[in-house]
Amino acid sequence: MSSERESLFSSKNLKLLRDPLGANNPITVQVLGICSALAVTVKLKPSIVMAFSVIAVTAFSNVVISLIRNYIPPRIRIIVQLVVIATLVILVDQILKAFAYDVSKQLSVFVGLIITNCIIMGRLEAFALGNRPWPSFLDGIGNGAGYGMILVIVAFFRELLGSGSIYGYPVLEKLGLYNIGYENNGLMILPPMALITVGIIIWIQRSKNKELLETH
Amino acid sequence: MEHLINIFVRSVFIDNMIFAYFLGMCSYLAVSKTVKTSVGLGIAVIFVLGITVPVDYLLENFILKEGALSWLSPQLADVDLSFLSFIMFIAVIASMVQLVEMVVEKFSPALYSSLGIFLPLIAVNCAILGGSLFMQERQYNSILEATSFGLGSGVGWFLAIVGIAAIREKLRYSNIPAPLKGLGITFIITGLMGIAFMSFMGIKL
Repeated sequence: MSSERESLFSSKNLKLLRDPLGANNPITVQVLGICSALAVTVKLKPSIVMAFSVIAVTAFSNVVISLIRNYIPPRIRIIVQLVVIATLVILVDQILKAFAYDVSKQLSVFVGLIITNCIIMGRLEAFALGNRPWPSFLDGIGNGAGYGMILVIVAFFRELLGSGSIYGYPVLEKLGLYNIGYENNGLMILPPMALITVGIIIWIQRSKNKELLETH
Repeated sequence: MEHLINIFVRSVFIDNMIFAYFLGMCSYLAVSKTVKTSVGLGIAVIFVLGITVPVDYLLENFILKEGALSWLSPQLADVDLSFLSFIMFIAVIASMVQLVEMVVEKFSPALYSSLGIFLPLIAVNCAILGGSLFMQERQYNSILEATSFGLGSGVGWFLAIVGIAAIREKLRYSNIPAPLKGLGITFIITGLMGIAFMSFMGIKL
């Protein structure tokens, strides 16, 4: 990150970007937005596309809501938020259909499901409604990236162990592992293993950071 | 008839909302601490999915699809509004949830008090919007098929959340490694339940 405009990237603003990547991760700590996350993690490519779509939607919906936050009547704020999110998601969906058609077919309904992704609603409620546009933008980017990070980690292991490739490139075949009797683990491609992988990520994160332990 | 039952069984066991598509995970993780509350939320989801999927089916086939407007006038036959489907579906879901809440409150106060706060929460449950989007993607032939798919998905979701709630109640007495407690072990158990549900794969009536 460049530091030419010091006021925009003050330490408080940078914290907004950094926290969701670690101690306040939306998936493993706040338990938000798991719904649409796991089904796209069989391969790296769709999950990277998904991650960027979610970053774009969280960032821009945060900005829009933050710009009009003083004009939204509190009683109807949920429906206003839904309309803003749905409009942005339609934009993302149409862009994907136009420029990355095969990926958009792989993601199928999960692009649409960004609308009900709890991360976005949660950030709008918790942050954008009470903050100025620029911090809201950073907060959106941070949370989207925290979500995308988990997505990419899960997808990396599932693709590597399940299909023996990284981003479509057959790494294990080039290494010659198949010749000495290695087999792909077909279980990793099946949906349940996404849950177990996230469980293990949570396990590792919590054993490193004792503050996150649950007591019951 | 057999066809409809087939769609129902498929959506309960094989295409289970939680184990195969991870839809509605947020409320699934948050509300599954006791069996009693999870039964309430499960019933509410069956209820809302059983209503919104057929309504969205009508919307899709008579307004949004390419050529769907031709019943209004022949000039509209090549209008394609399907890019509007996300915003229309979410509006239908939000208003349906509101409507269902009002009807239930009026006619069955007992059910209303047992569903309690869960009904409004459902509007942002991904399983509901997911149901409508899958209905759109799979292109069911009649409204009966769509209804049977909606109800089946709801029942599948119900089974999943009641199952995990029962397990979590028992887990309280077990000795789990501290970092896995709570969220971590719930994820792993859900994965194991998903593997168990995969044994239904290939069932066809």
